[in-house]
Amino acid sequence: MKNTPIMLTVLESLNNALLQVMEKDDRVYLLGEDILDPYGGAFKVTRGLSTRFPERVLSTPISESAIVGISNGLALAGLHPVVEIMFGDFVTLTADQIINHAAKFRWMYNDQVRVPLVIRTPMGGRRGYGPTHSQSLEKLFLGVPGLRVVAPNSLPDPGKLLETAISQEERPILFVEHKLLYTCPVLEYGLGDLQDFEIVSSAGPFPTHTLKFSSAEKSKLTIATYGYNFELARKAALELAYEDEIFCEIVVFSQLNPFEMDPLFESIRRTRALLTVEEGTFTLGWGAEVVARAAEAIPSIKVRRAAALDLPIANSKSLEEKILPSQELIKELALDMVN
Amino acid sequence: MPMSQDYDLYFTMLLIRRFEERALAEFSSGKLVGTTHAYIGQEADAAAIFSSIAQDDIIWSNHRCHGHFLAYGGDPYRLAAELMGKKTGLVGGRGGSQHIHWRNFFTNGIQGGIVPVASGMALAKKKLKSKDIAIVFIGDGTLGEGVLYESLNIASLWNLPILFVVENNRYAQTTPMEVAVSGSISARFEAFGIKTYEFESSDVLELRPGAKNAVDYVRENQSPAALILHTYRFSAHSKGDDTRDRETITSIRAKFDPLRIQASRLSAEELKKVESAVSILVDDAFLRASADPFPVLKP
Ligand SMILES: Cc1ncc(C[n+]2csc(CCOP(=O)(O)OP(=O)(O)O)c2C)c(N)n1
Ligand SMILES: [Mg+2]
Repeated sequence: MKNTPIMLTVLESLNNALLQVMEKDDRVYLLGEDILDPYGGAFKVTRGLSTRFPERVLSTPISESAIVGISNGLALAGLHPVVEIMFGDFVTLTADQIINHAAKFRWMYNDQVRVPLVIRTPMGGRRGYGPTHSQSLEKLFLGVPGLRVVAPNSLPDPGKLLETAISQEERPILFVEHKLLYTCPVLEYGLGDLQDFEIVSSAGPFPTHTLKFSSAEKSKLTIATYGYNFELARKAALELAYEDEIFCEIVVFSQLNPFEMDPLFESIRRTRALLTVEEGTFTLGWGAEVVARAAEAIPSIKVRRAAALDLPIANSKSLEEKILPSQELIKELALDMVN
Repeated sequence: MPMSQDYDLYFTMLLIRRFEERALAEFSSGKLVGTTHAYIGQEADAAAIFSSIAQDDIIWSNHRCHGHFLAYGGDPYRLAAELMGKKTGLVGGRGGSQHIHWRNFFTNGIQGGIVPVASGMALAKKKLKSKDIAIVFIGDGTLGEGVLYESLNIASLWNLPILFVVENNRYAQTTPMEVAVSGSISARFEAFGIKTYEFESSDVLELRPGAKNAVDYVRENQSPAALILHTYRFSAHSKGDDTRDRETITSIRAKFDPLRIQASRLSAEELKKVESAVSILVDDAFLRASADPFPVLKP
């Protein structure tokens, strides 16, 4: 008989992963602001680690550019640094170190060096933190050659994604954690929200997951998304199925850059309609690239994009709710597309 | 006859001078494209520092890196090939003049950005209990970059074994330091509790003990230090972009040429020998490199 599963949150999964990987590999170092115990980081992802590994958890001054630069140096010297940027909004301060240093070194030095660096950072809004603590800026780093961008979601296993990111040596990784994801339980196949879905995951270290309703004969729409917005997309899809008998497939990306499109294209070939859902601003977003690639590969499909309005994210809930894409917006767009 | 230290230092400086003159000439004649930043005038800095380091020390240099590279012991032929964008270049033609890498020598073309990277490599050395140090080169103009000060703060807090070398050639591109650098250079480092060494000379024999002291201090104390060298650049910032008064530069050159100062310590025979050795090296470097193939983009 199966034991009752202990529901792990995404936060616990990530925290465990850091613990495991630091236990296994003494080349792994953590750097960041306010990451020492008892505080353990602004969102507690690093809690317990400085107590366990005092020599390898380094609390830094408020110097985002230098700590990413220093981590570049650690990585070039063969260590595996993991930097926490306290809020994703602050990655703008690290852009030079990411774009002109970390992501370039391997290619620019003719493949003679490796930069196994992971930059973890919480992005996203819906917590009333206002214009400079709520953004989803990962789109600014999509298309940077030599950089991988990874975003965990609530499908198993966010911690595994982080462990893989830290252990690999191929290229630096920006690891984007949505703040609201931290308290989400890691879903279990065949249970709860997932019980209606058949799930196929692509091979490779940062898989793309395709969710199909097991009972559906034909799905009419593919929803492409990543990170926390999978929560909204999934709930919208469940409502559409139960209330309107409209079945969607959901394609959840773990890797945002480089773009790996095959699983999505397979789904679109079945549904002939694509709705992208992301929390970054609408213009020149992740969805724009996804839609462009889909349209190039599969002619005459319907496409729409759900994203944040091109505005700063307001503090007030009544404004923030309107600025960020909602479950209702996803449903509305979906209904509009299939009818 | 074993060559003296005087000879070796002069050899290094002359190799840099002739290499840079040749590179500039090849640019003028259109054989080289892109850009280059000649080290002419500053040769004594590199000769002094690189004769004081240990084999596995980490070096991070900037856009004006050819002199550093040659003094490090780098192959002039591989450097020439890189300038020409050849497959046999240091990084296969991907980097060019200011983006090179060989052994523990790295350069990048973003002012200031290399400083935290070098600091991180120093941190790695320290964590791995090695006695190697990192050395990073910046110019006076780069004192304007914010990430430098973030790095100085952390290097001091964490006692990183890193030497910050400021080569103050008194200009950043066309901008004289009077309009770009406020206050004192050494006080910048001292404010972070970083030990400073400061020299106003182009005599390699004066700089050599100072550089050695600074390097040894960092290694022995496992703490950062700054080596501030006030120097002159005799040629243009890159190629033809010199807006400075010609006559002033000529008279500065007459007074402060590091090669002339050091040449006076060599015999006529030694001078002849060194000129010929260097000219063979530089000729060979550029001739061989120009015959090499261009790289092909791999899919
Ligand atoms: C971040 C950045 N800003 C501007 C430049 C363009 N640039 C290249 S060298 C240079 C002057 C640098 O002056 P200094 O630091 O004094 O070094 P020097 O050229 O005198 O050796 C400038 C402005 C650059 N490469 N990187
Ligand atoms: Mg200068």
